[in-house]
Amino acid sequence: MGDKNKMETRNLNLYYKGFQALINVSFPVKENTVTALIGPSGCGKSTFLRTLNRMNDVIEGTRIKGEVLLDDENIYDAEVDPVVLRKQVGMVFQRPNPFPMSIYDNIAYGPRIHGRKNKDELNEIVEKSLQAAALWDEVKDRLHKSALGLSGGQQQRLVIARVLAVDPQVILMDEPASALDPISTAKLEDLIHQLKSSYTIVIVTHNMQQAARVSDFTGFFLNGEMIEYSVTNTMFTAPRIKQTEDYITGRFG
Amino acid sequence: METRLSNYYEKGIKYFFGLIAGTSILLLFLIFSLLFREGLGVFSNVGVTNFILGTRWLPVSETPFFGALPMIIGSIIVTLGAGMLAIPAGISIAVYLAEVAPRSVREVAKAVIELLAGIPSVVYGFLGLTVLAPVIKDLLNLPSALTAFTAALVLAIMSLPTVVSISEDALDAVPREYREASLALGATKWETTVKIVLPSARSGLMAASMLGLGRAIGETMAVLMVAGNAMIIPHFIFDPVRTITASIAAEMGETVQGGLHYQALFGLGVVLFTITFVINLITDLIFTRTSSVKRGTSL
Repeated sequence: MGDKNKMETRNLNLYYKGFQALINVSFPVKENTVTALIGPSGCGKSTFLRTLNRMNDVIEGTRIKGEVLLDDENIYDAEVDPVVLRKQVGMVFQRPNPFPMSIYDNIAYGPRIHGRKNKDELNEIVEKSLQAAALWDEVKDRLHKSALGLSGGQQQRLVIARVLAVDPQVILMDEPASALDPISTAKLEDLIHQLKSSYTIVIVTHNMQQAARVSDFTGFFLNGEMIEYSVTNTMFTAPRIKQTEDYITGRFG
Repeated sequence: METRLSNYYEKGIKYFFGLIAGTSILLLFLIFSLLFREGLGVFSNVGVTNFILGTRWLPVSETPFFGALPMIIGSIIVTLGAGMLAIPAGISIAVYLAEVAPRSVREVAKAVIELLAGIPSVVYGFLGLTVLAPVIKDLLNLPSALTAFTAALVLAIMSLPTVVSISEDALDAVPREYREASLALGATKWETTVKIVLPSARSGLMAASMLGLGRAIGETMAVLMVAGNAMIIPHFIFDPVRTITASIAAEMGETVQGGLHYQALFGLGVVLFTITFVINLITDLIFTRTSSVKRGTSL
């Protein structure tokens, strides 16, 4: 487990129109680890996640104060191009969202827009990404069939493969298992374990068992504030703060 | 007791809607049969080939000729011209409204554009005649300003609201998740629009284009005013033309009911009907083919 902070936020505040959705969040994301964000609905954990690859930029009316660092550089600096940033910090969404095209084209979409045209190279990227996402064996015979014909769990792994294909350093996952059945969820969690060695992962989940199973560090959010951050084991066995304890023992949320 | 009552209620609703749907189909069938009953006479008297491929239309001369080819070509040229102008322009406007414009601009602009659809066609014809035509004549140094191009331009403007409005709806219906996924992969907004949003909205855009063309081919008043109405086969887009619809409207008043001229105009109606039918059929075929591609393989 790396000790280096791959990403870090410093006194991050986010306003949506008149509403302050994040309040002074300072949060580290250690390299090659899985960090889980937990908290009740509307606590700001998804919003926080979306600041890490500037996906909030596309929502009209959001404003940000504070710093978000990737390898010690502020990604909100004027000279940072969000398009380049998002290649480095990929994202998996709550609902599987494959494009209405073939499995192959879904995976090749990212590499193609980033200028890879060579057919052999693309074939290789597609195969490698699907293998890394533990989907290759299930789809290798129907790469040119529509991705919409896959099951929900397969679609979500496809989406992860699509992210891997652009070779990011950090992968953000926003409740990636919330639309999946238990078996698909277990496969997804296995996958997250495997990916950790090569990528830094931040995962939002409302499922505390899942946070306990997959993550090395956990941050607890409440009403836009980061209440507690610690090693996952510690968090779930000996939380320091009363609100954290109340939440993880199921007293609210 | 209660369940039985609600069963009757359900059945009643079912029949009610069935009846309404049936009526509209019946109406279509009646129109269709009227058109054919009145128009078929000309095909047997003049001959199908003479009617469709004949180049002389002299309905009231001593020896009348009923060759509809100039009008058929006129209609097709004007409609295609209008489509080639209105479809790219309309889809571009829709892309601007759906993808680029801020919400406030979008709502105002869309309402205004839809308002354009409410302007009576005779007003468009009038504007085409007094405003557009002189400009076109001066710009291109033409002998007459009333040409197929003028008509196509006016029709393009008239079908623009249809194309824009339906295209915008189609683009708007593309799930936000697609856009977000694309952006999150490091695509620019433009790449996302061209490679994800437009292909995903393809069927809606196609429908928008077809409805736009439908509006253009059926339009009568405006074309009658600006197309020049020369009964000749146009050699290029700046020749005056006469369309099928304009001929029917212009000549119907002079005919004797049941006479050959009268039948010929209904025959024109049949031809027009067939053209629209074929357009719809082709669209349908393209539709099913592309959507199976969409399900099956790649974009």
